[in-house]
Amino acid sequence: MTNSEVLIEAKQLIKRYGDFTAVAGIDFQVRKGESFGFLGPNGAGKSTTMRIIAATLTRSGGEITILGKDPEKFGPEIKAHLGVVPQMDNLDNALTVEENLYIYGRYFGLSKAFIRPKIEELLDFAQLVEKRSVKVEALSGGMKRRLTIARALVSEPEILMLDEPTTGLDPQARHILWDRLFRLKEQGVTLLITTHYMDEAEQLCDRLMVMDKGSIMAEDSPAGLIKSYSTKEVLEVRFGSDRNAVVAPQLKELCERIEVLPDRILMYADDGEELLHQLNQKGLHPLTSLVRRSSLEDVFLRLTGRTLID
Amino acid sequence: MILDNAVAIAQSRRGHFAEGSYAGRAHVLMERSLMAFKNSAWLAVLSGFFEPVLYLLSFGYGLGHLIGKIPLQNGHVVTYAAYIAPGLLATSAMNGAIYDSTWNVFWKLKFDRIYQGMLQTSLGSVDVALGEIGWALLRGFAYAIGFMCVVVPAGLITNWWAIMAIPAAVLIAFGFASIGMAITSCFTTFQQMDFINVAMLPMFLFSGSFYPLTVYPGYLQGILKALPLWQAIEMVRDFTLGIVTWGILWHVLYFVVMVIFGVTATAKRLTKLFLR
Amino acid sequence: MAPRQGSLKLVNTERIKSRGAFAVVEARVMIFMKYLPALLSVAVANPFLYLLAVGVGVGKLINAHSGGVDGVKYLTFLAPALLATAAIQNALDEVVFPTLEGFKWNKSFFAINATPISGKQIANGVLLAAMTRVLFSVTVYGTIIYLFHGFTTARGWLAIPTALAAGAAFGAFIMGLAAWTKNDDTFLMVLNRFVIMPLFLFSGTFYQLSSMPIYLRWVGWLSPLWHSTELGRYLTYGHQISPWMFVFHISYIVAMFAFGMRFAHRQFEARLSR
Repeated sequence: MTNSEVLIEAKQLIKRYGDFTAVAGIDFQVRKGESFGFLGPNGAGKSTTMRIIAATLTRSGGEITILGKDPEKFGPEIKAHLGVVPQMDNLDNALTVEENLYIYGRYFGLSKAFIRPKIEELLDFAQLVEKRSVKVEALSGGMKRRLTIARALVSEPEILMLDEPTTGLDPQARHILWDRLFRLKEQGVTLLITTHYMDEAEQLCDRLMVMDKGSIMAEDSPAGLIKSYSTKEVLEVRFGSDRNAVVAPQLKELCERIEVLPDRILMYADDGEELLHQLNQKGLHPLTSLVRRSSLEDVFLRLTGRTLID
Repeated sequence: MILDNAVAIAQSRRGHFAEGSYAGRAHVLMERSLMAFKNSAWLAVLSGFFEPVLYLLSFGYGLGHLIGKIPLQNGHVVTYAAYIAPGLLATSAMNGAIYDSTWNVFWKLKFDRIYQGMLQTSLGSVDVALGEIGWALLRGFAYAIGFMCVVVPAGLITNWWAIMAIPAAVLIAFGFASIGMAITSCFTTFQQMDFINVAMLPMFLFSGSFYPLTVYPGYLQGILKALPLWQAIEMVRDFTLGIVTWGILWHVLYFVVMVIFGVTATAKRLTKLFLR
Repeated sequence: MAPRQGSLKLVNTERIKSRGAFAVVEARVMIFMKYLPALLSVAVANPFLYLLAVGVGVGKLINAHSGGVDGVKYLTFLAPALLATAAIQNALDEVVFPTLEGFKWNKSFFAINATPISGKQIANGVLLAAMTRVLFSVTVYGTIIYLFHGFTTARGWLAIPTALAAGAAFGAFIMGLAAWTKNDDTFLMVLNRFVIMPLFLFSGTFYQLSSMPIYLRWVGWLSPLWHSTELGRYLTYGHQISPWMFVFHISYIVAMFAFGMRFAHRQFEARLSR
């Protein structure tokens, strides 16, 4: 992986809107064939960074190159390499599924002879063959998302950019989508994903950049991040809405680190069951308790002191 | 050589006119409009053809009895129907272009976010502006021909200059569509869009579609003559009634300026909107 | 925090059964109060512009050539028709958009229907709210006509209720259609271009219906606008109509209202339980 070609490189990238700094001087590299994720809460600067890469937003400072080119000087050429799946679908509601794919290819200047067979391939990929003549208005949320992704693939792009690809979808639709994206990854397409879902980041990304308030908090593989910033297991306990804060000082003595959230307390330890046992021995009996493995949620909490979805 | 690779196609535009905001593919936007038209918009387009015809039938026939003949500046008199027909043609060219370039564009801009999708590709803002305006022109052209197919058999046209009313209607649509799109790209809410209706109604009522401006006092006439709809109506009326002088060129110039201003402003605004 | 009382104690279902529609009216009024400045300016500007352009402008040509219409100046003849047009147009705007919005755009009617308020009550509420706005704009319209000397007798003011009635009758019917349609874009376009515009142009608005060729007069006979205009002309300047026709015009509007309400109730109930 480390030897392969660098597709995107940012140095001290900055974006300001008046007094507000959306992206505060970040550095990162994305290599060919990898699946790179931006993880962070709403307003972390993920979508802003994505739009700068997509050549639809001008930066306020720093350097960025996509395939060695500056997006501000070579906008159309860079866009020709990208497949963009924005956070909110922007399909053409006046057209059918098939027509959406067709006209998008035409926007890239592709010939009809190229697009026609491509449509069949993409309909199949997006599992929308039966819906080909249906207007997009009538599609479900998951179908629209798959169509938007299929549409982004019409020009066989080097890089597929997905901004919050599964936000608002039901669990089943999310799994179908992840499966499709996984296939693309296997084909060697470089994926750039923003998400505030931990499970999504864990499923799809080789490497993650955790962002908060426009800055990079950490960067590693999902497993690496958990290893560096959390313990192996987590014990989640509830004592009822009024008691959580009262018992917290007592709990702190029992483990490496605790986090008091409004509804529950997280206790970090390498052996969760053992910790629960100690708790009971001290005469502390939580209303509910749960032992689980550490996740990226815990990493984020450690890095920023906040939960991802609030 | 057929270029099938999106990158090669984008690179081939290097060094061309407005590189970066124009990919030379405005016609693809018209291809899109044609598909949307086939799917559902045809009824709306068709209704735009009936509007001036129904006005002509109602006003020309009904009011014609009450009003009698209208004297022209050159001393001739014409029937009321022949007098209002060019006004209705010009007005419908304006209405179609304004509707397409304001409400339609606003919808695509704010709700369907279709332009956003287009500008994610290697298309540029100039392609979008020209493509959308181009469709409005095609529609204006079709309306003008349709209207002629009604007024000629009705005996309201008696000279060959009238054929020039067709390109005139296209020019009018061009002017209004480009200005309309420029204005729309500055608006952000539906309430602001209502200003367009507020501006259109008095212009429609007072620009002399239904009676000569001479019913007004002189200073008011001066103001009304500066309005684009009066310019449009006069241009078409001069052609359909065969009062052709060099003076028509002033009306033509008025619209050429409108077009240049509108297209430039639209492309600038769209680039700004999508490349903040 | 106050102790919990529970919905069994708090919600008075009997009261909602009799007054539910007023809650819908309240919601509608809250919404259009936000656009009050726009509503006010449209209510004043529209009559002023139309009376000036058509009543005075076209009127100048007609009065010069034919000495007026139906024995009166053109503005006097035209004014009651414009009044009725405004009532109908305003009523349609104020029922069609909320109905499409409530069923399709933001689905608020389904939220209202999740309370004890019924579909019929929603329909009644929307129409009632619409009519308060129509009453306001028609009163402004009438006053401006009066200022233009469109009518001079006290009886002329009665043209306001007749216009209002036509708005309510047609509004109820179209509200039912708006609840029925699934294709909002096409519905709006067909309504504007193939219903409202032909009615406006062929209901004897700008000249007497009798001066139209016979094969076009049926539009007027069907049109609530023509019936309301005839009554308005009778009331403002004494346009000649027989007592039979007077009764017929009123009956037509009343019948349309009764049928329209029934139709709207059915469509609202059906759409909510679909």
